[in-house]
Amino acid sequence: MPHIPLPEHLPGITGLLEYSRVTAEPIRQLTQFILRGENSLSPAERELIATIVSHNNECRFCTAAHTAAADLLLGETETCEIMKQDIDAAPVSDKMKALLKIAKQVQVSGKAVTPESVANAKAHGATDTEIHDTVLIAGLFCLYNRYVDGMATVAPADPKFYTGLGQRLVEYGYNRLPNGYDHLKEQIQPS
Amino acid sequence: MAHIALPDESLPGIVGLFNFRPETAGPLQLLAETLLRGESPLTSGERELIASYVSLLNDTHFCHTSHGSAAMAHLGYDISLIDDIKNGFQVIEVSPKLRALLHIAGKVQKSGKAVTDEDIAAARAEGAGDKEIHDTVLIAAAFCMFNRYVDGLGTWAPQENEAYREMGQRMAFTGYVRFPVKADVVEV
Repeated sequence: MPHIPLPEHLPGITGLLEYSRVTAEPIRQLTQFILRGENSLSPAERELIATIVSHNNECRFCTAAHTAAADLLLGETETCEIMKQDIDAAPVSDKMKALLKIAKQVQVSGKAVTPESVANAKAHGATDTEIHDTVLIAGLFCLYNRYVDGMATVAPADPKFYTGLGQRLVEYGYNRLPNGYDHLKEQIQPS
Repeated sequence: MAHIALPDESLPGIVGLFNFRPETAGPLQLLAETLLRGESPLTSGERELIASYVSLLNDTHFCHTSHGSAAMAHLGYDISLIDDIKNGFQVIEVSPKLRALLHIAGKVQKSGKAVTDEDIAAARAEGAGDKEIHDTVLIAAAFCMFNRYVDGLGTWAPQENEAYREMGQRMAFTGYVRFPVKADVVEV
């Protein structure tokens, strides 16, 4: 049960972002830009960064949601699953492997990022902006994961929930839906 | 030197990063403004103490000292009392409620999952309501982002408290949004 009363039809982060819309606004703006804005990293690649950080923070809700979004953007489910076990074995570019390793270090601590891991990313063609954005995405998910778990929000057990959420993230991104979330009230099935 | 080439290496901490990427500076500044100076049942001084404390636990000198300086400015303490945060708040007046909230913030710094029902109940017993608990968790989580951003990109930070005096006063009384945020983003 969440530590504060949150709308039951909005599990995970969504209920928190609706509970406090004023603080949600800059978080949504930042997320929309850094995950969906113009970038030399594709939205799928950026969702992989969100996924690896959430996975290492053991945040069930965020891991499932961003795995679903990445899977839909990639058109397959293999990459996420392999990446979670072993970044080097994942079918992604060498540059992406190097960036995912930086993200994994950021998950531990900002100070855990080594000059070697940054040099490795640069050697595989990563630009300064790509390194910057990787660190910021990883940092942002350390915020989200702590917000979601620190408030003890609900993570639905039904995998179908996350497929639906992933679909919404792919179609609409991270801005608040123009008409809000009341339409989701009917969709919640007692489990 | 930072891990990436910043346009102005003389700008310390997050300031150099804002200058590197104005598109993300806008929402990041607005987030700090909303969390630390927006409406909340917690005073700005209390919220800056939470920010400074979490940054201390993350060992991010720039954020710890600059937000410590902002807290001292709000609370009317001399800047030397930033060191009292390291010493467990022996001189700075901290209410039992704020102490319980700082304890929650320290848990969030480790992991969201580290926050227990007992931690929340203890804060409620000292008079903390839903919004105070929410704001504490979100501020602590946000500084786990800001700290990683500042350290993960290898930015530099002035050492002495004194170097943060004016910065803290500006953060406390002028605020975090130094550019018209949306206009700034659109122009880039």
